[in-house]
Amino acid sequence: MNFTRREALIIGAGAVTAAALPMQAFAAAIDDAIAAFTGGAETTDSGITLTAPEIAENGNTVPISVSAPGAESITILASGNPTPNVLTFTFGPLAGSQEASSRIRLAGTQDVIAIAKMKDGTFAMTSSAVKVTIGGCGG
Amino acid sequence: MKISNLHRLVQMAATASVAMGLAVSAHAQEEPKLIINGEQEMITHAIPPAYIDGLSESISGWVFRTKETQALELDDFDNPGMIFVDQAQELWDKEMGPENKSCASCHGDVSSMKGVRTVMPKFNEKAGELWTLEDYINDSLTTHMGMEPWGYTSTEMTAMAALIGNQSRGMPMNVAIDGPAAPYWAKGKEMYYTRTGVLELSCASCHEDNYGNYIRADHLSQGQINGMPSYRMKNAKLNGIHARFKGCVKDTKAETYKPGGPEFHALELYVASRGNGLSVESPSVRN
Amino acid sequence: MAKGVKPRVKVPKKATAGEVITIKTLISHKMESGQRKDKDGNIIPRSIINTFTCDFNGQNVISVELHGAVSTNPYFQFEAKVPESGEFVFTWLDDDGSTYTDKKSITVA
Repeated sequence: MNFTRREALIIGAGAVTAAALPMQAFAAAIDDAIAAFTGGAETTDSGITLTAPEIAENGNTVPISVSAPGAESITILASGNPTPNVLTFTFGPLAGSQEASSRIRLAGTQDVIAIAKMKDGTFAMTSSAVKVTIGGCGG
Repeated sequence: MKISNLHRLVQMAATASVAMGLAVSAHAQEEPKLIINGEQEMITHAIPPAYIDGLSESISGWVFRTKETQALELDDFDNPGMIFVDQAQELWDKEMGPENKSCASCHGDVSSMKGVRTVMPKFNEKAGELWTLEDYINDSLTTHMGMEPWGYTSTEMTAMAALIGNQSRGMPMNVAIDGPAAPYWAKGKEMYYTRTGVLELSCASCHEDNYGNYIRADHLSQGQINGMPSYRMKNAKLNGIHARFKGCVKDTKAETYKPGGPEFHALELYVASRGNGLSVESPSVRN
Repeated sequence: MAKGVKPRVKVPKKATAGEVITIKTLISHKMESGQRKDKDGNIIPRSIINTFTCDFNGQNVISVELHGAVSTNPYFQFEAKVPESGEFVFTWLDDDGSTYTDKKSITVA
């Protein structure tokens, strides 16, 4: 795992270490899941849009939508879930657009990642941070 | 590692300020309107009856939710609670029990139930006690269909309450609190203001004194029940009024009352009266 | 077949030739993720809808591979191109081997 200098500094900060440790375990899983979809190819960050709420009131039902014009398929990954794979949309010849919506489960505050496989074989990736409310009583 | 931890940390640190920001901006922005299927507008703000001391305005719980949660109630297809309304419609038309009767055998189309939800709970003269919608449903099953009663918070019961409630959607709640209902209302009011549990919270502590504020990460509503049964994202099913009360009482870390029992009957009447004037939203969508 | 599974689909009844329409689908399913434990601490086995497809007159519109992180009562919204009158076929595949289908006709005027 490669840390940038800034990330290494943060992980070094005492108070943060405890919180960051479980995320490192998930980080390996998410990197594997990304590689499984892209086959290790480079990704660009343009041509794909992921819409997710900034704050999800309950992690059980988080509405998301993705759009990547010209995509063959789009996969959604949850970086902080025990299993990162969420779903993959594959668009057929009669798809009206390369855009779709669903509702997903997030185990906690995390980045949701969307990767599109374009028809020319390139990949585009984006992510969106979703804060998941841990309340319990529900208001 | 491609997704930066710094990003995460900043987000976490920002949570508290964002939460406060939301409470402020809710007033600054134009209030969203609850218009279902693009055609039916719900009354989400009402002037409470004069006998309610602690509220200057009754506000539907929908108003307190995030825009993503709110959106789920705007369209019947997007509202997952409607799955259970559909299931209850099949049940309404199904011949059941030794008498081989359906709800429709006596009541015809379920649209005949229009208005029923707005006056629940109400004093039943024949029984000499306060009845909820669930009590009326069970009376039909046992007295007229020769069946065993449904569990008070069972899936069938809550779905049927949602179907019957749905017939009154948009109509203002209008429960009676006078005459024979008065002692129930007084008992319910006393319960509402009595602190319980390890946390020593009354209903009023959260839902009258602090609605609009946050308790941990929960944006507190007025605890109105005009939208019940509610599809909650928390448990992905419909939740009836007494089941919801039970959850609330447990949250104060107290021994709860029994759903269908006399305490929750009284409390339901009082809480319903605090929302007189708000539209029936059954089935609403909440977090 | 899992209990109480019921598909719901929303498709316009009419379209013009080549029009792009919005389709919404929802199926009642608990989507047991395989991550939860029961009261005795045993893992509750995964039981989910794993595949969803939508075809029109034999041609594919969209197919979706689902994992345990799709919410209870899976919901999808997407767009389809309608070249001619015909029938949409929606199919959901369950882990337990069950298949649920729904069909909707559309008329191109």
